[in-house]
Amino acid sequence: MTTTSPETISAGGPLALPSGEETRRNPLGVFARPTATEGWRSWITTVDHKRIGIMYGVSSIFFLVIGGIEALLIRAQLAAPDGQVLSADAYNQVFTMHGTTMIFLAVMPLGAAFMNYLIPLQIGARDVAFPRLNALSFWVFLGGGIVLNSSWLLGGGADGGWFNYAPNNGVTYSPSRGIDFWNMGLMLTGIASLVGAINLITTCLNMRAPGMKLFRMPVFTWMSLVTQFLLLFAIPVLTAAQFLLMFDRLFGARFFDVDAGADPLLWEHLFWIFGHPEVYIMILPAFGIISEIIPVFSRKPIFGYPFMVFSGIAIGFMGWGVWAHHMFASGIGPLSVAAFSVSTMFIAVPTGVKIFNWLATMWGGRLRFSAPMLYSVGLVTMFTIGGLSGVTHAVAAADTQQTDTYYIVAHFHYVLFGGALFGFIGGWYFWWPKVFGHYLNDRVGKVNFWILLVGFNLTFGPMHILGLQGMPRRTYTYRDGYGFNLWNMVSTIGAFIIAVSFLIFFWNIVRSYRAHKANPVAMPADPWDSRSLEWSIPSPTPPHNFDISPTVHRLDDFWHRKYQENAQGKLVRVATSEEIAQKGDATGVHLPSPSYWPLVISVGLPLVAWGLIFSLWLCLPGGLLVVAGIYGWVLEPATEPGDHHGHEDHGPTTTDDAGDAEATADAPAEEAAPVD
Amino acid sequence: MTDLSLSKGDADAAALEQASEARAAHGAGVAYADGEDHDHTLTNTGISNPKLAMWVFLGSECLLFGGLISTFLLYKRNNLAGGPTPQELYDIELTSISSFVLLMSSLTMVLAVSAIQRGEHQRLRLWLVTTAILGAVFISGQVYEFQVFVKEGMGFTTNSASSAFFALTGFHGVHVTLGIVMLLSAVMMSLRGRIPQARAEAVEIVGLYWHFVDVVWVLIFTIVYLIP
Repeated sequence: MTTTSPETISAGGPLALPSGEETRRNPLGVFARPTATEGWRSWITTVDHKRIGIMYGVSSIFFLVIGGIEALLIRAQLAAPDGQVLSADAYNQVFTMHGTTMIFLAVMPLGAAFMNYLIPLQIGARDVAFPRLNALSFWVFLGGGIVLNSSWLLGGGADGGWFNYAPNNGVTYSPSRGIDFWNMGLMLTGIASLVGAINLITTCLNMRAPGMKLFRMPVFTWMSLVTQFLLLFAIPVLTAAQFLLMFDRLFGARFFDVDAGADPLLWEHLFWIFGHPEVYIMILPAFGIISEIIPVFSRKPIFGYPFMVFSGIAIGFMGWGVWAHHMFASGIGPLSVAAFSVSTMFIAVPTGVKIFNWLATMWGGRLRFSAPMLYSVGLVTMFTIGGLSGVTHAVAAADTQQTDTYYIVAHFHYVLFGGALFGFIGGWYFWWPKVFGHYLNDRVGKVNFWILLVGFNLTFGPMHILGLQGMPRRTYTYRDGYGFNLWNMVSTIGAFIIAVSFLIFFWNIVRSYRAHKANPVAMPADPWDSRSLEWSIPSPTPPHNFDISPTVHRLDDFWHRKYQENAQGKLVRVATSEEIAQKGDATGVHLPSPSYWPLVISVGLPLVAWGLIFSLWLCLPGGLLVVAGIYGWVLEPATEPGDHHGHEDHGPTTTDDAGDAEATADAPAEEAAPVD
Repeated sequence: MTDLSLSKGDADAAALEQASEARAAHGAGVAYADGEDHDHTLTNTGISNPKLAMWVFLGSECLLFGGLISTFLLYKRNNLAGGPTPQELYDIELTSISSFVLLMSSLTMVLAVSAIQRGEHQRLRLWLVTTAILGAVFISGQVYEFQVFVKEGMGFTTNSASSAFFALTGFHGVHVTLGIVMLLSAVMMSLRGRIPQARAEAVEIVGLYWHFVDVVWVLIFTIVYLIP
């Protein structure tokens, strides 16, 4: 150790580094950490998990709108026979980009938005395990989304379907650069997911508050943890497949060159080994969300908490054993078909357990049908319909008839839109007060829900019929007289009703914000009488989360502090939420400083991606930015100069602890965490 | 899940409050807020955040290599596009020697970790540099092997067997190279006094990565070179 000795830290009253130290380490000041707490600079440098969660939410809603516009284009084209809205080629691009955008840029990051915001709050932590990695994960995801959508401006989008089956994904059959953008963009979002998974798994396993055992974690956190494990193991398989595709398309390798004897099934296997767990990656966070909402609005604890958790884990495991049910029509052989048919039927069991647990939670409860609850019940019903049509696909004989028809499209939209998106919208209504300090208007929310429900069923319900009549998916038009006209028109009308319901939602956001601005009312910490830790702290959440680290004694600890059994064994309210809400001063709370480096690295990566597609010269500045970003990241001091003391140069653990304890005790009030 | 026995609940509560206080005395804010650079953070598992993160990351790497190994197994005999397959060109003696060198580097890595745990900085650097050199010898062997193969008519784009071979072994080579960069960075940091004995874990984490890459090579060597 050449720098500050531990003795200096514990003895040196002002706790600042000796003045020479920072200048030595920070020539030009490039490694000094930014300090902005408001304005745009604070957003691009933030490492606060709550702000990152909000940024994830905003960007995924932006991409949701893009994906929605693509969906409307598809429906406009199919509204009537011989549609002229899109050419066949443009149609291929639009449906490919619609699927890709919705899955990778809307639904997955919406899950990430909730997880980033809520997991540390629900387990009583001040932040995630690696705050800067968290920022990196968001910016890389945004970069991936930009690379993917930049294809629209640079020669057209990918046109091989969101799964881009070989050999259609090769240069021979897809000579435009769309699939290269798809490949590079999704590799970047893959990096983002992987980094996020490592971070959140470490957070859940390592950062829980005292007493917050694994089996006291709220169901949402549990489902998120399972999701992160799925991401951790699924994403690398896709990345491997994408590397092969990249080598094929850009460097002339022979992985999917059928003329050279390559096996297109390789792509299908690798893709669906990723792709099936991906289904659960999208739906489990929504399951978690409604598992938080339903107990609160039924005023009962979740029925069968251990079953909820274990069924989630079971889904996580079994999700790996069913991938080939996406390939019943690919010629994988009767034995494989039989085996995967059976395993697919089994996976319905833990999902059924969840459905019945939600129903049992509502059973006999005192139900309040506020907007979050409506969406949750909507999820349960719509997802059940989607689940039942899913079981019909597990029957291989039926599946060979249904596959590549609109029946499949109906099925997965009931699962992913009726499931995942309904859950997320419910989650928005539920946690909006916690995040932004004001309610979304509940009455508008209800109107919004019913319009969405009607539009949703009008759009995707008729697709079951169309599919059973034999209308193929991914075909840009159909002839008059096949009997497809009526239901296609109904479906298109439904799609535009969905669009209207989203406009109402956005209007609700603006309207509620304005109403709050005009007539600000302090938001209570616990507006819904809820159960988990995030409701014990003020709304909106302060930057340091908890004034004092909470101590947990049982499942739903916060609830049990409000309600206890009296002598007759009846639950009575013993305290208001205001009485138990966290009160304290945040003195001595030490938060990580913001950082530029995650953004620097994330600007470099898309440049490398574009460079691989267009000209390797562009890889040079991109690569330099990445290397510079990593270098700056490593050399950056743990805190900004003058704040606290330089954590990097801690001495041996024992003296170090003494130093920290003293720092906490002695820290003057000015050093408290910045408050928005 | 309600607490029926109040006294038991209270005792439980007292113990937990105590734990909480101990944590606060440890510097709760610090421990929670920036786990990034702290080896001494109190964690639920007792494993530090960076070390756990490395384990988790290596878990995902297994699947990445799994995908590439499956690809190789599927294509290893496929030379329909002409050219030799990898099996026809292997020089098992050469690869055995370079595999042995790589395995030995795991030993020197262990010695490096144990040196810094005992606070022996000179030895730490010596063993780190030795590990890096052994890794570099392995990489040189691989580069030599690759250029011989290309000379004998098996390039990356020759047939799907060759594509799969170069993708898999090349990918492993990139991992080893990254490992060498990490080792040399550790040497630099140690020279600048940034790896005190208390932060031996930083070396241990690099070691985890290094051992993982070695173990993967054992798999690749067996599957790719030894199994006919």
